[in-house]
Amino acid sequence: MFGLKSESILKLDEEYHELGDYAGKESRWCPGCGDNAILAATQKLCRDKQLAPEKTVFVSGIGCAARFPHYMGTYGFHGLHGRALPVAQGVKIRRPDLNVFVNMGDGDCCSIGTAHWIHAIRMNMKMVAMLHDNNIYGLTKNQASPTTPIGRNTATTPHGSLLKAMNPLTVTLGVTNVSFVAQVVEWIPDLLYKVIEQAFNHKGFAFVRILQRCPHFMPTLWDQLLANPDNLAVLDSENGVQLSDATAKVYKTRIAHDNSDLHAARQIASLEDKVPLGILYRDESVPTYDELKRPRRLHAPELAEAVLNKSFDRFGIFPNNAGPIGD
Amino acid sequence: MQSTLSPEARAQAAKADHSMSATIQKVDEHVVEIISDSGEGAQTAGQMFGTLCAKMGNGVWTVEIIPAEIEPPARSTAGASGNRIRIGVDAITNAGDEADLVIAFNEQVLLGREAAGEFRPGATIMLESKWREDREPAIVSAYTEAYEALVAKGYRVVEINMEDECRKVVDNPQRGKNIFVVGILSCMYSRDLDIVRQEIAKKFKKKGDKVIQSNLALLDAGYDWATEHLDLRYEIPAPGVSQAQLVMNGNTAVALGTVASGMEVCAMYPITPATSASHYLSEIFEDVGGVIHQAEDEIAACAFAIGASYAGKCALTITSGPGMALKSELLGLSVMAEIPLVVVDVQRGGPSTGLPTKVEQGDLLSTIFGMPGDAPKIVMAPATIEDCFYSVITARKIAETFRSLVVILSDANLATGQQAFLRPKFRKEWQAPPIDQSPLPKGTKPYDWDKTTGLSTRPIPGQLNGRYTLTGLAHTGAGAVAYESGVNQEGCRYRSLKLAAFQKTLKTPDVFGDPEGDLLVVGWGSTKGAIEEAVTRARKDGLKVSSMHLTYLQPMASGIREIMARFKKVLTVEINFSDDLADELIDEDNRRYASLAWLLRARYLLDVDCWSNVHGQPIKPGAIERMIRSRLK
Repeated sequence: MFGLKSESILKLDEEYHELGDYAGKESRWCPGCGDNAILAATQKLCRDKQLAPEKTVFVSGIGCAARFPHYMGTYGFHGLHGRALPVAQGVKIRRPDLNVFVNMGDGDCCSIGTAHWIHAIRMNMKMVAMLHDNNIYGLTKNQASPTTPIGRNTATTPHGSLLKAMNPLTVTLGVTNVSFVAQVVEWIPDLLYKVIEQAFNHKGFAFVRILQRCPHFMPTLWDQLLANPDNLAVLDSENGVQLSDATAKVYKTRIAHDNSDLHAARQIASLEDKVPLGILYRDESVPTYDELKRPRRLHAPELAEAVLNKSFDRFGIFPNNAGPIGD
Repeated sequence: MQSTLSPEARAQAAKADHSMSATIQKVDEHVVEIISDSGEGAQTAGQMFGTLCAKMGNGVWTVEIIPAEIEPPARSTAGASGNRIRIGVDAITNAGDEADLVIAFNEQVLLGREAAGEFRPGATIMLESKWREDREPAIVSAYTEAYEALVAKGYRVVEINMEDECRKVVDNPQRGKNIFVVGILSCMYSRDLDIVRQEIAKKFKKKGDKVIQSNLALLDAGYDWATEHLDLRYEIPAPGVSQAQLVMNGNTAVALGTVASGMEVCAMYPITPATSASHYLSEIFEDVGGVIHQAEDEIAACAFAIGASYAGKCALTITSGPGMALKSELLGLSVMAEIPLVVVDVQRGGPSTGLPTKVEQGDLLSTIFGMPGDAPKIVMAPATIEDCFYSVITARKIAETFRSLVVILSDANLATGQQAFLRPKFRKEWQAPPIDQSPLPKGTKPYDWDKTTGLSTRPIPGQLNGRYTLTGLAHTGAGAVAYESGVNQEGCRYRSLKLAAFQKTLKTPDVFGDPEGDLLVVGWGSTKGAIEEAVTRARKDGLKVSSMHLTYLQPMASGIREIMARFKKVLTVEINFSDDLADELIDEDNRRYASLAWLLRARYLLDVDCWSNVHGQPIKPGAIERMIRSRLK
């Protein structure tokens, strides 16, 4: 018909992805759990970017947040506690065509998976890493995590946790090759979406710490922030996230920030009286491991044969001691 | 302490040797050992001599002697570094027995090896004698003491001031002594000097012509010195090479097998004695579009490989025992989620850090059983260096066909030993297929288990209609997390059935020797050559002994029970620990058997005995032979 091949006709129903295409199983998180907001923002991002669901992989570890891939309608990898990042790196290394997201909790990323976290920053592979930080182990029921505030009573610290909470932002910003660090809270949907979007657009390892409510074990954790939005400081920069008017009206505190300035980013990350929101640091020029490791040649049996034969010659012994010499 | 022999007497003795014209002793085989302090080049000399012999058509097996440290203190008994070369008229399948000829750069490394029982009684020892004139009186007396002791034990000790001899041709004699030694050996064993010269040119190509020339001069100096001063000559007829062959160690063979298998991703973390496989792979992998990833730790290496496999490219990770322990949670995930994965475990002495540079077959049971829950996997063990090459190709194929974890149990003996084998001819079928991105039928389940075999097709990210979330939790065929009764039972059943389906493809192992008799020796892995050689020797004297070697340890082929039942006694020979019944507390109620013996006893309900040790050395055929004779008394 009209000289068009049938496979060349636009099939909107197949090729345009609705929000529902990104929905997986129904979420089993607690009512009021902040993970739900992160899920909604992420699904919306996938829809807006029209990511092919079959070309998108969500990788997670173990914990409440790690159930995330099950609730996405994409490919998913719900692996082992702490090991999401190296799995995601393996997924990405030969599949530049896949969109890779990683969802980790604070125990997952900042405790058992710390080594991987540090090295993932340094490797700087293109992926979005979301730290769902609710300052507590939820799935194992109320144990102190590295980000649990000092003095907090938990099942393993009945007289209050002894150590000051780890600051994942300063840790991340301290690692060589850091290329994208952002912080956001899950209860400001506008900001959450925009930060994840910027992270997705980043060429490299984009680390987003998302402060998250755990209504079950930490119901009052963020009260100071919820009751007084002025404690949240939105980072103001030209290439940062731009708030909608409605959001801007509620969250008025601003910090002017040049997010290409690593030193300034570290200072802001260290603030104790305010919680900075937005993009702390971004450097698109940091080389990515996936690019550095991109094969100079594509694998093919003929290539393997040629390389093998060359090696065989190198280790070869030949009748009458003939054959190639050297190498 | 001073030498009890006066200098005159020693000169006299030496002269007596020299005045004799060289007689040529014809031997079927010889074991030569070259040992030095680390960094003095004994390993290079040994490898070069081994390659030379292989190129002349002799059977060869070389063993590296490696201290655990990079540069252990000089002149220490535990610091020996070097190479042992077994040369034969016919094919050589193992490292052999005690050394016939030893060349040592100092007496201390020599004493260490002597104490370990590595030298044949009466063996010829060629010893660097510069220590006799050392400025340190302590060194002089240590040397003379050792010399006397060795002579008293009946060794034929030939002193050579190698350093003085080398100084005649090069400025820094310490660095060239090893090639001087190759010259000596070339004379003693009538080697083809043209081949050695080629090897030297090859070895020092990158260092330039000047280095090549000085090494050629050292070679000639060694050769000439031996011609003039030594009456020892051995003839090991070299039949020549009729077919193209390769000479390499098992780790290099694993690296080449990886390329041949078509795998494109290898993730690893440095660990002895596995790492050298990654070294060679690093050199060539990018040329075939492959990626070597050195991860931040063993766990990450395994996770990375699993991620790559999940995304469509079956990957491998190479490690050793301690690394296996660290990876075990991820190995369980690969089983649970049915992600194809190849793991090469180059076993070393254990437990814990154990004996990093020495051989052991201690990981068999931990590999098969060492994971929480039921984690069925395929475990295979190469027996030769050639097997190291082919087993990677086979393992990749099995892993992808059965969506399974395949562990290859190599060991330090194979990893560092060199042996010649027929040059493989590349076959396209070895290679992994490209990543399948064709759409799947709507409603495809990620674990669409076949009712009989448990097999299912693996959806790969990018495939339409294949979307699923892989999980290490108990899951249904549809990939859904489920805790209902029956679900875990079903998943475990299908994953186990896959093993049974694979087992049906296995061929019954061959019996070496008669199919029935008084004793069957069962082995696995790198001990094959030594066991078969011992069996051959014992059979020559009419003993009714045979052997069987297992390549697949999990699952095991059918027919093994029937084979074992045809022998009066069955016994495994292994390099892992087992209790000694002679110990006061050990009896049949508490005796701990060697690993394979446990498996055979449990599966076949036969009274399988074992003979094993953990000395960190390849088991010698002579020792196995003595054991066989004592068992059949």
